[in-house]
Amino acid sequence: MSVAPHALERSGIDRADLARYLGWTGVGLGALAFFLVLPPVTARSPIVPVVVGGLGIAAGALAAQQGAGRRLATGAIAAAILGIALGWLCTRSDVASLDQVFVWSALIAATLRAATPLTFAALGGIVSERSGVVNIGLEGMLLMGAFFGFLGADKLGSWWWGIVCGVLAGAALALVHAFISIHLRADQIVSGFAANFLALGITGYFFIEVYSDQGTPGDVSNIPSISIPWIRDLGFIGPAIGDMHLLIWVALVFVVLSQLVLFRTPIGLRLRAVGEHPKAADTVGISVYAVRYGAVVLSGALAGLGGVYLSNGITHSFNENLSAGRGFIALAAVIFGRWRPYGAFVACLLFGFTEALALRLPGAYGEDAAWTTLFRALPYVVTLIVVAGVVGRSIPPAAVGRPYVKQ
Amino acid sequence: MSTGPDEPTVQQPGTGASEPPPERTADRLARWQRAGGLVAPIMTAVLAFLAGGIVVLATGHNPIEVYKGIWNGTGLEWFYRLGSHEVGLPWSDAKVWFPWDTASLAAENLQQTLLLTATLILTGLAVAFAFRCGLFNIGGQGQYFAGAYVAIWIGSSFAGMNSFLHIVFAIVAAALAGAAFAGIAGILKATVGAHEVITTIMLNFVAIYVGLYLFGQGGPLQNELQEFSPTSNEVLEEARLPVFWGDPFLQGLHVGLFLSLAALVAFWVIINRTTLGYEVRAVGFNPEAARYGGISVARNYFLAMAIAGVFAGFAGAIDMLGWRFSIGFSDIQSSTIGFVGIAVALLGRNTAIGVGLSALVFGALVNGTATRNIPPEAFDIPEQAGNLSLTIQALVLLFIGADILILYLWAKTGQRIGVGRRSPA
Repeated sequence: MSVAPHALERSGIDRADLARYLGWTGVGLGALAFFLVLPPVTARSPIVPVVVGGLGIAAGALAAQQGAGRRLATGAIAAAILGIALGWLCTRSDVASLDQVFVWSALIAATLRAATPLTFAALGGIVSERSGVVNIGLEGMLLMGAFFGFLGADKLGSWWWGIVCGVLAGAALALVHAFISIHLRADQIVSGFAANFLALGITGYFFIEVYSDQGTPGDVSNIPSISIPWIRDLGFIGPAIGDMHLLIWVALVFVVLSQLVLFRTPIGLRLRAVGEHPKAADTVGISVYAVRYGAVVLSGALAGLGGVYLSNGITHSFNENLSAGRGFIALAAVIFGRWRPYGAFVACLLFGFTEALALRLPGAYGEDAAWTTLFRALPYVVTLIVVAGVVGRSIPPAAVGRPYVKQ
Repeated sequence: MSTGPDEPTVQQPGTGASEPPPERTADRLARWQRAGGLVAPIMTAVLAFLAGGIVVLATGHNPIEVYKGIWNGTGLEWFYRLGSHEVGLPWSDAKVWFPWDTASLAAENLQQTLLLTATLILTGLAVAFAFRCGLFNIGGQGQYFAGAYVAIWIGSSFAGMNSFLHIVFAIVAAALAGAAFAGIAGILKATVGAHEVITTIMLNFVAIYVGLYLFGQGGPLQNELQEFSPTSNEVLEEARLPVFWGDPFLQGLHVGLFLSLAALVAFWVIINRTTLGYEVRAVGFNPEAARYGGISVARNYFLAMAIAGVFAGFAGAIDMLGWRFSIGFSDIQSSTIGFVGIAVALLGRNTAIGVGLSALVFGALVNGTATRNIPPEAFDIPEQAGNLSLTIQALVLLFIGADILILYLWAKTGQRIGVGRRSPA
């Protein structure tokens, strides 16, 4: 802290705090630039997003000058630019289409749906990484869950069996990853990547073997919705959350539950100890290998559950490589959430929102506009910006990625 | 662990240490190179093929039939089909005696295998170079696309340019595009520490959707003659790479093979004989130590990614200018050549010779499992072979990760290779 008297210090605001406030204000202004052109405000002049976003860029630059972390400052500027771009695009569309795309209650429902597979996978990633094992294989486990969940529901006749099969398939792939990376002490990133490849090969193989060229049948038992009458009849929230799929509720419960287990129970303490300082954990009698095996298999089961929801809850079908990078987005959510369930869930909501938006935005410009294809890259671009920018310096568990050698 | 006497031992220089230091990863790697350098990767591949056979068996097919079909599809049998034949010298009318038949079916298959090998060498080098700097470049696919798009664009425009200049222009621009695209991940890693695995994966998807936009219906680079076909313009005749073996119009073998062999040499020289290579390896070995040694870690992260991107963009260029000549929706959606490059680099242990050999193995595997090469009696649905190929690649990756397992199986030397043990004092 500088000794020189400074107006800021006299006013009692820490300079670092100010920089942080400025940075987040920039992010907020970026979001506002986009929000103002949407219903219900629907500003029509392109000047509005440009001015508001410009203020966001200024705030980001100021934050950088005040010594905010480089990530936050660049993130604020990136968010503001993105806000301007999206806002400007929206002013070029007509109001009727905008009203059609931005039905907020439907958008919230779509966001929750898209966020659920990500949330399951991200929770899996947190459990695994907190125990010290990087799980790049989430993508593959998601895919395994998606295919075998669908297969189970189809062949055994009930969505319930689908969940069982999907979870087991995800866990089985995780077991392979666990064995190679824990017992054989392989590079965890290579092993996890191999798990993705394996899932791609296995699901593709069985998909063709079982469904051949006819594609998946349409009459498979799907994940049911939970309809809550007194919520459903509410004006705005009703259509959004009154009629949600069972697994969305399960995901919400799991987020709270995993936060509690991770930070409020002995089991969670052990898990974190193994991930932070395995040697110390070993010394006090915790079996590092057992905890890590358990955590990785559990993470596979969770990702598998997310996969089941993807195929049986959202698309109602299966295609090769259905997961399309969602496992990696979940991994980004883990980092964004700083290895905490609540934080990761917020990130999943953000990614889910962009995914929902990416599906609906092309509708605002008519079918024939070729450039609207670019909207489909939006979730990936936002993930890129988030990983690079807004995250701040997030610190992973100390022993993550390092095989443990028992003395 | 020291079990020696308790008094502090003062080590005199030159007298030699009394006990060996505990084994580190570096030691393990060094022993690896000595003992298992060649044998272990071969074991890895053999094991993976065996395990793949079990998968085939489990689904009720005959693995021997399947592998025979794959082998015949690779065209490698060409080498032991000796006879008395004639071959025309390239770019002339002269004919000379040659022990192999250059026009047989096996020869055509071999051309296909080598076409893939040429590309895989480059996408493999893209992964290997970043790996030497401690970066896992999963973005080879996206960088390959970046190169391919630029090569297509330049190759299909600028009509009337000198042929040689046109080709060089297209290749250089494509390589730079790959470098720029990979450089994004490099900069993010160098400045804010964003994990390259996530950023390169996201960039892959960005590259895919950009391509679907560029060459999709109504896109800026979509075919001008066929308005409703979501594909690019064809590369002009004069911008195509010369074919030295086979039919130039039926995917003959082009000179890109020599270019990628040259890239192998360049890789070896850069890594082993230049300051840049030394720094890259130092950072890959231990970034902290490199930093203390005065090496800029951030600069090397960026350069390693950019050079990796050069290789991948180069791969896209020779594919487009050599035999594909256009790129369409389905090509973009189904291409996995960048991902196979990861398996190539890992099986090849990130060395030049290793990458060359394993590119041949995977080129043969991918070509052998291509739909048209699979006999109907082996698979009722030939697409299955492609998935089998994916599975085998995954198994290779898994077994590579488990180097200890392989070494253990290879020779039970009994010398502390076992899991969970350190060298005794």
